[in-house]
Amino acid sequence: MDKNRWVKWLRNIAAAVLAIFLFLALQELVVPKYAVNFKEGGFAEEYYEETTPHDVLMVGDCEVYESFSPVDLWREFGITSYIRGSAQQLVWQSYYLLEDALRYEKPEVVVFNVQALMHGKPQKEEYNRMALDGMRWSVSKVKAVQASMLPNENFVDYLFPILRYHTRITQLTKEDTKYYARHKKVSNNGYYMRVDTAPFVEGVWFEEEPKDYAFGEMPMEYLDKIRLLCESEGIRLVLVKAPSVSPVWYDGYERQVVSYAEKYGLPYLNYLKLFDRVKLDYDTDTYDMGLHMNLSGAKKMTSYLGKFLVSECGLKGHKGEKMLEKVWEEKGKFYDNMRLKQEKEVEEYGSVISY
Amino acid sequence: MKTEKIKEVIENILLELHDDLDYRKEQRLVDDKLFDSLDLVTLVAELGMELGIDVTAQDFVPENFNSLEALTAMAERLMEG
Amino acid sequence: MSFTSLYFMVFVFAVCVFYYLVPGKYQWVLLLFASYGFYAAQGLTCIVFLLAVTLTVYLSALSIGWQQEKADREGEKMLEEGASLEERKIYKAKKKKAAKYIVIVCLFVNLGILAVLKYLNFGIDNLNRIFSWIGYGKQVTYVDLLLPLGISFYMFQSLGYLLDVYWKRAKVQKNFFKYALFVSFFPQLGQGPISRYGALSKTLYGVHSLDGRKIFFGLERILWGVFKKLVIADRIGAAVQSLVSEPAYYRGVFVLVEMLFYAVQLYCDFTGGIDITIGTAQLFGIEVAENFLRPFFSKSIKEYWRRWHITMGTWFKDYVFYPFSISKPLRNLTSFVKRHFGISVAKRVSVYTATIVLWIATGIWHGAYWRFVMWGLMNGVIILVSEELEPLYGRFHKKFPALVKSTGYRAFMVIRTFLLMSSLRLFDNARGCRDAFISFRSIFTQWDLKALTVKELTDLGLAKADYLIVAVGVLLLVLVSLLQRKQPVREYLAKKPFMIQYLIVAGLFFSILLFGVYGVGYDSSGFIYNQF
Repeated sequence: MDKNRWVKWLRNIAAAVLAIFLFLALQELVVPKYAVNFKEGGFAEEYYEETTPHDVLMVGDCEVYESFSPVDLWREFGITSYIRGSAQQLVWQSYYLLEDALRYEKPEVVVFNVQALMHGKPQKEEYNRMALDGMRWSVSKVKAVQASMLPNENFVDYLFPILRYHTRITQLTKEDTKYYARHKKVSNNGYYMRVDTAPFVEGVWFEEEPKDYAFGEMPMEYLDKIRLLCESEGIRLVLVKAPSVSPVWYDGYERQVVSYAEKYGLPYLNYLKLFDRVKLDYDTDTYDMGLHMNLSGAKKMTSYLGKFLVSECGLKGHKGEKMLEKVWEEKGKFYDNMRLKQEKEVEEYGSVISY
Repeated sequence: MKTEKIKEVIENILLELHDDLDYRKEQRLVDDKLFDSLDLVTLVAELGMELGIDVTAQDFVPENFNSLEALTAMAERLMEG
Repeated sequence: MSFTSLYFMVFVFAVCVFYYLVPGKYQWVLLLFASYGFYAAQGLTCIVFLLAVTLTVYLSALSIGWQQEKADREGEKMLEEGASLEERKIYKAKKKKAAKYIVIVCLFVNLGILAVLKYLNFGIDNLNRIFSWIGYGKQVTYVDLLLPLGISFYMFQSLGYLLDVYWKRAKVQKNFFKYALFVSFFPQLGQGPISRYGALSKTLYGVHSLDGRKIFFGLERILWGVFKKLVIADRIGAAVQSLVSEPAYYRGVFVLVEMLFYAVQLYCDFTGGIDITIGTAQLFGIEVAENFLRPFFSKSIKEYWRRWHITMGTWFKDYVFYPFSISKPLRNLTSFVKRHFGISVAKRVSVYTATIVLWIATGIWHGAYWRFVMWGLMNGVIILVSEELEPLYGRFHKKFPALVKSTGYRAFMVIRTFLLMSSLRLFDNARGCRDAFISFRSIFTQWDLKALTVKELTDLGLAKADYLIVAVGVLLLVLVSLLQRKQPVREYLAKKPFMIQYLIVAGLFFSILLFGVYGVGYDSSGFIYNQF
């Protein structure tokens, strides 16, 4: 090839590379950063920053990531854990997130919150994005996307998020430049901390009773998959139900879970039933009038869970292991920092503002 | 009617539509868009009324309307029948 | 399959790849498969109509051509065998009559199909109005009919071919499949242009070798079309939608705003679609006729119709206007008028009647509503009025030659024509004729510039940033048009250094990617989860 053609080819290749680079750069500019707003979206990708394995992996919706605190679990019992939770996480998303996590580690126990069983089909496109955007690409992610997509969604929009978020170009904020290609740590090993308090008030939450309590085919199918996956990997599966005044946990739902747990010999911790035993209090332990626990409530729930894990699951904890002590000390610092900041905000404004 | 007379009649009709052209010289009346569609329709109507000829669809092509000569030739042919 | 969808782009890419892999003589066959495949994707019932039109016109043209050939052959034989010119004339006239009947039947069948599909409910609606007017209690129910994609375009394209064969302006296409491709060529299926057989067949069936420059030019054109549609047209279209859905609220200055916005939307949408059509055809080395020639630079309504939707204008001129104006009924009418009212009136009658018929037909073709008929009629009336005023203009031009040549005067004519045509387009979106007139009148009777606040504009559904994007887009459009007057833009760009070309093409591409109106759009409220 003479020099001219060689130069032309080189130029064309450089042009193509530049175009791809620009494409990725612009894509990164418009995707939501989940650093200041909608922090829940940032949970999924934080998991991959972990450097040490976990004894316990928790999956599920907000009831799981606002009820249990891994740092407290470590401090009290030396048990390592991570919560792969997300906003209104659906059962199939829990399954695939679990499957994905097992590529990196094998925990001893998996904790699953059963609230999501009431959602029989894909719910909201935005929650799908927050749950899945942060997942690393793998067969699990492909299947998770396919299972979660609403009729108006396209797989190519997940492959190239710029196609979904490009309209943000006219709505960019400082957050987009500050956290461009950077991830801001927003959770404590997946735990969403809130130190403020807003006591439960009767009559605030209203919802319509469903006509049919039976759980749908899809969530049950994936619950089976979670169970079988744990079985095949020799992992203990523990079902939980966090306390919440809404959505209402009807007896119809409860019966199905209890019978399922009995049938397969799975432990089931229903914190609604354990409410008094754990000494939970809707006056002090919730920050949003009974929907979710605050740090005080989470500590109590975590303590009870920890005792259960030690006595029933035989977890011994890792107190004394130098490597883990160091890692978790760092996590503890971040946790304490956040707690102090939040407490200051509560003093100044009456509630937590920037979390 | 003699050819020269026919030519005169047609030239007068053309001058009535556009008096600023030299029809002894122009060869591209249609091709150069000097006459637009309304002009051509008026022209056909006038040819029909003055010379009694019926222009058919097959005659209605640019070749027959581009110049005074072409128009005269077509008119003669149609008048012969 | 929308022309701006990812599916379409993948489809075109796939067809293109195979197009240059198959042997040259089968390239048109591939296009035929692709076209029918594309059409089938819209719905299988649509294919029935496509085939019906293709078959009827193909067979009609074939038999007409056969009649014509026979007439020539036998005519020659007759002369050789001693028949007189007169006898041959009679024989040829007979054959012509046979051909004429075939044409009439074919036209009847096809236009009949179109009439039923497109205008049945219009007819029923009018029938019902008459019923209630005369006090007849019953009403006819509407029929649920789907109008097959592009039928107005491909049917007229076919009928043009039929008449061209009848008038011996085109050769018969004896190969059914080749003819089927002419009718169904997929880039034209959406909005035309309405091609002529003589022109399109020059490149449609040929062997095309891979030409990098043509591919690049084609892609550039497609990119430009997508930009106009997705970034400008669909964006300003949201505002237009808001304005036309509440005509009672948006009066006065808002009607003018709607006229301007709609002009931008329609232009960008229509020309953008045509750009994609022509660009796609160019990828295959096929030349499709231009349909627009900077129409907003027109200085008169006549000029406008030589620059806007060109192929439709020329189709109606060649197949409706001229044939009607030389038809027997009109000639008889003209003679009658001449006998009673003189030549001057008679020739006006001739031109007027043909023009009005033309424009009513054009109006009807656009839509099965009275407001489109009114629109067509008004176009025709304005054209005739300006024809009558020609001598006046002529004298004005002779008196002030310098003024007439000045840029100011020319700009005035351009703006005047633009406002005139934009006003006529009010019929497009109005609920009916009356509403169109009421809206137009309100520009003068309810004018209040202060009512045009920023809030009102953003309430239309566009943020300030969106208006900025449209403004920049329109500016770019004007610049490109100004450049185009001097020379073809793509050729101009091709001479520029690589960096410039790269910037422009990449700039267009990324503008579409970022600013195009596609996808769900970002509404942050949808992401809110924790309420507190």
